[in-house]
Amino acid sequence: MTSKKQLKKELIIQSALELFASKGFYSTTIPDIASSVKISVGSMYNYFTSKDVLAKEIIKYISLYLGNKLQNINEEKISTEEKTKKIVEVYFKTASLKPEMIDYFLRIYLSNREVFKNGCEGMICVNEFVTEIMIYFEEGVRCGDLRDQDFFSAFGLFMGYLGGMVFLKGEEILPKALDTYIDDISYNIYKALSK
Amino acid sequence: MKMIKLLWLSGITCNANTHSFLNYPFIEQFLNDFEFIYHPVLDSSYTLQEIVSNEIECDVLLIEGSISPEFQRADVSIEDIIRKYAPKVQKIVTVGTCATFGGIFSQSDYKDVTGLHFDKEQKNQKFENLFDKTISISGCPIHPEILVNTLYAIKGDIALRLDNFLRPKEFYAYTVHNGCVRNEYFEYKVDAHQFGELEGCMFYDHGCQAPFTHASCNKILWNEVNSKTRVGLPCFGCTEPTFPKANLFTTKKNMGVPENLPLGVGKRVYLTLAGITKAFKIPRLEKKLLDD
Repeated sequence: MTSKKQLKKELIIQSALELFASKGFYSTTIPDIASSVKISVGSMYNYFTSKDVLAKEIIKYISLYLGNKLQNINEEKISTEEKTKKIVEVYFKTASLKPEMIDYFLRIYLSNREVFKNGCEGMICVNEFVTEIMIYFEEGVRCGDLRDQDFFSAFGLFMGYLGGMVFLKGEEILPKALDTYIDDISYNIYKALSK
Repeated sequence: MKMIKLLWLSGITCNANTHSFLNYPFIEQFLNDFEFIYHPVLDSSYTLQEIVSNEIECDVLLIEGSISPEFQRADVSIEDIIRKYAPKVQKIVTVGTCATFGGIFSQSDYKDVTGLHFDKEQKNQKFENLFDKTISISGCPIHPEILVNTLYAIKGDIALRLDNFLRPKEFYAYTVHNGCVRNEYFEYKVDAHQFGELEGCMFYDHGCQAPFTHASCNKILWNEVNSKTRVGLPCFGCTEPTFPKANLFTTKKNMGVPENLPLGVGKRVYLTLAGITKAFKIPRLEKKLLDD
């Protein structure tokens, strides 16, 4: 794919992501997306053959974005406690600066499983992100900082907590800005997972 | 071709390598081509007493068992016997993991128990001058064909390429995973294995070390018919300097991720692939092969 076409594709992904996250998956149409990036409906299909395909590409795009951020943290020579805080920071920063990404994950990906069941089995479409979380856990246990346990009991505690906070923020229930919670939440998560 | 003279010297050993060697299917042919000037079990030309008191002509020194400065044979220090014969022989072969890396007898009460050249992964200085004439045949026990084929290579003046632990690459460049009949289960992450059954891979939960153990067990079968993993038992990693580890029947995992990954496979690569295969259920691999 030429770089021009690649750029256009990313533009469509970003616009569709914002539309899906704000209006919902079913209320957003291909013509809506086409008009937001100023291309014809016909040429939209040169990039994505259906709305479902686009939806799957978006979740992969988010996973890759967050996965890359987490990989940078995992590769730093810092303690597991510091990594924990940095992961929380990245997640909340993304939720603040690119709220559509986390909204998409929570409101589209997790809530419309029928769209993702073919092609996004298991955690395939969020593989990059989950892989980095696994590496963070594995290295934490290996160096003796974290307590060994089932992956999902730890994963649920970490991501459920962060997702819940972002959800509360989205519902305008949180009284303060997300980043004011970073210290306490990082402390709670590390305390819960450490030995 | 000239008859090759062998001296089989036992250090601290359970004699398992001797027993394994006796299972070589063509031992009669072997004994026509090689002569044991001394072997602890087979009829030999000399007694151990004669070996330690004289200097008998010899081509290959085979050492079975770990070595300690305190350990003696026929009232002579094993290290002195080695020092006496090593300079005369053409090659030295450490037979088994104990003679090569120290093995299980590293945990015995003798002082400074090691292999001839290695204390686990660490290289010893003591017999460094013999390093260039040594070949390591690790294993607990050794595979008889690998020992015999190595001896025939020495007899035929065939230069063997060796790895960093002096093991012939011909036999040790592979992993035990290579040729395992359970590879299909490994590929799709199907463990669910009961020991002794035909189905399932044992890497994920049952301690199998085949993907990171150098040996040919699934290429050159034991007794010409089988291997541990084929029969439904995990590989114990017996050819490696780290042998023996503890908890051989369970896979050590950190938060669900195996601590030891297939040789040369990075963690990120492994987890990415595993994440994909784990997402799918393949009914054929979940079922019994023969009895539905």
